[in-house]
Amino acid sequence: MPDHTSNQSTAADFPLIFERSRPGRRAAHPPKVGEIDLAALLGSENLRAEAPRLPEVSELDLVRHYTQLAHRQMSIDANFYPLGSCTMKYNPKVNEEAARLFQDLHPYQAPESAQGALELLYNLQSDLAGITGMAGVSLQPAAGAHAELAGVLMIRAYHESRGEGEQRRLVLVPDAAHGTNPATAAMAGYDVKEVPTGPDGEVDVAAFKAALSPAVAAVMLTNPNTLGLFERNITEIAKAAHAVGAQLYYDGANLNAIMGRARPGDMGFDVVHLNLHKTFTTPHGGGGPGTGPVGVKAHLLPFLPAPVIARRGEGEEAEFYLESDMPLSIGRMRSFYGNFGNLVRAYTYIRALGREGLRDVSGHAVMAANYMRVRFKELGFNVPFDRVNMHEFVAQPPEGLKTLDIAKAQLDYGMHPATVYFPLVVKEAMMVEPTETESLETLDLYMDALAEVLERAAHDPEYLPNAPYTTPVRRLDEVKAARQPVLRFDFADES
Amino acid sequence: MHYLPHTPEDVARALKLIGAPSIDALFEDIPAELRDPDMQVAPGLSEAELMAHLRQLAARNEDRGADFLGGGVRRHFMPSVTSHLAMQSEFVTAYTPYQPEVAQGILQATFEYQTMMSELTGLPVSNASMYDGASAVAEAALLAVRQTGREQVVVSRGVHPETREVLQTYLSPLGIELTTIDLDRLTTPVPAEDDLAAAACVIAQQPNYLGYLEPMQQLSDASHAAGALFVAAVDPLSLAVLAAPGDYGADVAVGDGQTVGNPANFGGPAFGFMVVKEALVRQFPGRVVGQTTDVDGKRAFVLTLQAREQHIRRSKAKSNICSNHQLTALMAAINLAALGPQGLRDLAVGSVQRAHQLADTLTQAGFEPLTSARFFNEFVLPVAVEPATLRRELARRGVQAGVAAGQEYGLGHAVVLAATESTTDADIQQLVSGLRSLEAAAMETADA
Repeated sequence: MPDHTSNQSTAADFPLIFERSRPGRRAAHPPKVGEIDLAALLGSENLRAEAPRLPEVSELDLVRHYTQLAHRQMSIDANFYPLGSCTMKYNPKVNEEAARLFQDLHPYQAPESAQGALELLYNLQSDLAGITGMAGVSLQPAAGAHAELAGVLMIRAYHESRGEGEQRRLVLVPDAAHGTNPATAAMAGYDVKEVPTGPDGEVDVAAFKAALSPAVAAVMLTNPNTLGLFERNITEIAKAAHAVGAQLYYDGANLNAIMGRARPGDMGFDVVHLNLHKTFTTPHGGGGPGTGPVGVKAHLLPFLPAPVIARRGEGEEAEFYLESDMPLSIGRMRSFYGNFGNLVRAYTYIRALGREGLRDVSGHAVMAANYMRVRFKELGFNVPFDRVNMHEFVAQPPEGLKTLDIAKAQLDYGMHPATVYFPLVVKEAMMVEPTETESLETLDLYMDALAEVLERAAHDPEYLPNAPYTTPVRRLDEVKAARQPVLRFDFADES
Repeated sequence: MHYLPHTPEDVARALKLIGAPSIDALFEDIPAELRDPDMQVAPGLSEAELMAHLRQLAARNEDRGADFLGGGVRRHFMPSVTSHLAMQSEFVTAYTPYQPEVAQGILQATFEYQTMMSELTGLPVSNASMYDGASAVAEAALLAVRQTGREQVVVSRGVHPETREVLQTYLSPLGIELTTIDLDRLTTPVPAEDDLAAAACVIAQQPNYLGYLEPMQQLSDASHAAGALFVAAVDPLSLAVLAAPGDYGADVAVGDGQTVGNPANFGGPAFGFMVVKEALVRQFPGRVVGQTTDVDGKRAFVLTLQAREQHIRRSKAKSNICSNHQLTALMAAINLAALGPQGLRDLAVGSVQRAHQLADTLTQAGFEPLTSARFFNEFVLPVAVEPATLRRELARRGVQAGVAAGQEYGLGHAVVLAATESTTDADIQQLVSGLRSLEAAAMETADA
């Protein structure tokens, strides 16, 4: 049990790699080369005067440093990590073995010498189209937000191709939407109008219809929404949007809830993006690389980012190639063909699970989340939209307690807190997404720890505001970090 | 295969607590007509079947042999220790450090990464990384537009063609004009001040797409004289020996980090980087890690300056970027720490040396590489056939070479060849033989 009177250590700060550096040490030895006259070959005016001050460490120094840093980090492999909207499920190890088989391919090698890679991409395009109910998919965008931009740019290009580019200036997003949705719409040159959430936690359909007009270019929705609720009026919403000529955009952050059970394409969505690092088990990597394939209905196919992976011939004769001849394409979103290494991992996952396995994922994810919802309620948390939820739910702490304090106290138990203070429409929100790969025992332990936190808080008013106690560092002075930014190591400080 | 832990007893226990008769019953909010579609996905495989399928696909790729491919991605030497350390579970399976008390591993490693990028580029403030070099250039252009209030972006044709395509994708919906400066033969001519009167920034790449060294100091000076920012798109490996963007006064340094520590990965994921002058920090896109202290006075690291970002500012954010490329940037930081200043210099000098040896050997063998301008480790070789044909035919002879230089450069059929420290004498001989045998085949066809 954490003891808030202890001040863990007065030992020196954990060293930076630069503080471990000693002139002349090194870990890596590249192939030997003869010295050359750089000034003669490159021109003295093009050379730098001083070498960059990179660290100089032995291989063991390097290993110790990064291994110890890893130990100062929570992760799915070591800790339960129920961050809502992030789908922190287990990342299978076989995915990593698969990715290594392809990691040395060069993007510009002859396509004839990369047929296996291209076939994999082609298959993945087809699988993702099938899973989402779309006509075609681009694998190019590097992350969910990047895919959103690609999607909204395709919608923009579509309206322009119909002579409605000038007329359509607005993108509608729910007030509960991810922050990326309005930010994306602005990057695509649109004004943003927020649509309120109704008392049932779903889009207020009357307010939504009132906001529709021929000036609306797109409506961006997440379904289930960020409160973890399925938008039951989705078909009506889609019809109303299409009636004014708007396009419907599906933010795929929450696809894990419905995979194999319902498809955005069947609901009436025109564009869908997926987060492969959420639903399809590519690693989160401490904040990326993500991967954000974007799928579209047939009328938007000509606008997909170029190139797409195409096939000529059938069976043994099949040849896979990059199709760049797309005159209406919005153009490239990035260099090359996407985050290929992650596309291999996602493909491996889809092939492993197959259609039945993918359907079981959503079933068990939703079961685990509902189990947690009931247990949160039993513990005295408020669940503002209390009905069967999908893959996640939003709770509020018992009266008088702060979400931030509870989250910090949970850290002492080796468990990661929920997503906190999101969505913005719920005060003191805790958004909990356990995922399908966590056992009931893990969920129960989490609840036991949470019960203990509440118990301690009830008996000791000093406990929560001072938590955590046992983490590698304790609460941080974030105001100082922002007011007096220190954004790199200062070598002058070295004695 | 699946990764579910729940036994039938677990499912029964969970459903009893929830008060639902079955898992399917939890989905009744989905309108019945939408439920249970045919996804057209194949049935699942066992692990053995899965790996057999993947190995079969991998066997249809060629990733060995002589390699002269560049164009933004190169296969440089990487020590074994790099991927071992970067691929540790704790780094791979963490997420964005929202709870800094339990994310000091990623946060400190990112702070160290920012310091290394700052050292390489000679500019003070690096963000935590971007998606790739091309999108980083586009974000730099948008930053320049916000900073200057001007609505024209000027880019050298020496910037990678794919980067310029991405730039166009990002700028056109916002009505920002993109103007391209043609190369004068192999490098960028310095524009007149009047031509930059409306420019938010000038973007040039060093070394340029064709491999040649640009007059960065003069381009930077001309940009500033006209009130524009200067954006340097750079190969970080070259910065072991080439002048840093900060040396010639660039306001923003951007680029792709693959060359300093990521596998080629068929083009991704690597990572983009962006490093700026102090004055641009508030316009900066993407996550940034800062140093602070905890309640006990211990040094600690945290995501900072978040008032610029989408989760706070929504439609007023500086960018919609959210996830960046943390793990691949971390891998590069580990690789740079493994190499140290001397190791990085060895890679750069070795690449310069091998590329010049390659050019000399080709010249002696009767080919005519373009060497009238200084080049780093890539250069142009005019060829007699279509670049795609050349690449395919060389691949059949065990040589991967020949990124197309593109018709836009007015060099006829031409390819860019790259060398690295790992290029061997035998590789070079194999390329020369390959080119000769292609030439002979072409002459036979012509004779027939």
